[in-house]
Amino acid sequence: MEQATAAPLKKTPLNDRHRASGAKMVPFGGWDMPVEYSGIVQEHLAVRTRAGLFDVSHMGEIEIGGKDALAAVQRISSNDASKLQVGQAQYSGLLTPQGTFVDDLLVYRLGPAHFMLVVNAGNIEKDYAWIVEHIKPAGDAVAVNASSRYALLAVQGPEAVGIVQSLTGVELAGMKYYWFGHGEVAGVLATISRTGYTGEDGFEIFVPPKQADKVWQAIIAAGSDAGLIPCGLGARDTLRLEAGMRLHGNDIDDTTTAVEADLNWIVGWKKDDFIGASVLREQKAGGTTRKIAGFEMLDRGIARHGYDVYIDDAKSGIVTSGTQTPFLKKAIGMAYLPAEHTAPGAEFDVDIRGRRTRARVVPMPFYKRK
Amino acid sequence: MAYPAGLKYTKDHEWIELTGDRGKVGITDYAAQQLGDVVYVELPEVGAKLKQGQSFGTIESVKAVSELYSPVSGEVAEVNTALKDKPEAVNADPHANWMIVLKLTNPGETGALLDATQYQDLVK
Repeated sequence: MEQATAAPLKKTPLNDRHRASGAKMVPFGGWDMPVEYSGIVQEHLAVRTRAGLFDVSHMGEIEIGGKDALAAVQRISSNDASKLQVGQAQYSGLLTPQGTFVDDLLVYRLGPAHFMLVVNAGNIEKDYAWIVEHIKPAGDAVAVNASSRYALLAVQGPEAVGIVQSLTGVELAGMKYYWFGHGEVAGVLATISRTGYTGEDGFEIFVPPKQADKVWQAIIAAGSDAGLIPCGLGARDTLRLEAGMRLHGNDIDDTTTAVEADLNWIVGWKKDDFIGASVLREQKAGGTTRKIAGFEMLDRGIARHGYDVYIDDAKSGIVTSGTQTPFLKKAIGMAYLPAEHTAPGAEFDVDIRGRRTRARVVPMPFYKRK
Repeated sequence: MAYPAGLKYTKDHEWIELTGDRGKVGITDYAAQQLGDVVYVELPEVGAKLKQGQSFGTIESVKAVSELYSPVSGEVAEVNTALKDKPEAVNADPHANWMIVLKLTNPGETGALLDATQYQDLVK
């Protein structure tokens, strides 16, 4: 969790608010971020049963515009952006020619020829350089790193819709999952997106950095009766894992392909061409030697990122994420396993600090909201 | 948080409550706070022989794994098996929820442990 960082840590516009509220702060992707406020378990359960508020302003925003913006996005992003209407978003991958992940991202269609890509904090500069380089052949399109223009707040949980609705005139009940709209939230001009990284209903709200604290405080005040509490990155991680969502840097990176990561659904198979397409098409048709799978522990113990997997005493894979989940109260995780060993029910061992500990493949997501 | 005067402490954030040649061992409030929500405690078997500073188990929070270090040399006389099913008790009251009882094999080692005031200074 602690890592040495050469450059000073970057701060979101809410850094003072987090520190004044007594949040436990840690370095994350070059940023000084709250890992927990009142405790990961409590925050996790709040999101599953009521609501939680997260500062995710460290995420990056890269905008692509110009006559050929759609062609540019289609080239660098694995999913099919032509399916997006204005006001709609999709999950996608920024892939290498080998079909592996530079990053994963959300693609927002702001206008017919205007897109916003929301990328991981630690990858902003790398992604931006990659995008600028790789959209060149697409024609008339320009990419702008707009990250400093946005703060991003996530309100997640079954009570989120009521809480955010009390602060905005934008009609939220009719907003479908992975759609967004524009309007004022607590008197601040915002983009409100029905998205999140928790497996729960909720909204992500883009606001100008200078207004972030005003919106934060308004949401805290509006949500307190419904049981909303501020949450840190610790709960964000356990929530996304329960929901089976991949974390770049853990479960997917530049050594794992979209097919190996079992993310075929974020690949636009009908698109003409895009970076990584030929490798992915081969893997889809011919299969891969390894594949990601969800698992739960049968023996006591918690498998964690980087632990080795053994099948019949042969080292056969690696755990990419693992935790004891606060809501399901089970030790779960994701691992890369031999593809023939990924059917639910298949068993294997995880080397937990020298001890072989039994685990079983289970379908993902581990948690699905009703 | 007050650190009870009746306990001795280590720089690794364990405490020991000495009674004759026996000592109950746990982790400090500071350690519990740093860890966050404890979800798993792995403890040794009764009869295990430990040297001062040797790992006697692990404690896991949602986020992280930490080793538990023996404050003194000794033989494990009792294990608090209740923590298996209620690891969160460590957060609720770290100075009451002990993990093991040691039968000391070198009581002279206790002289080097910190008292409550010294430990308080350490974690200030």
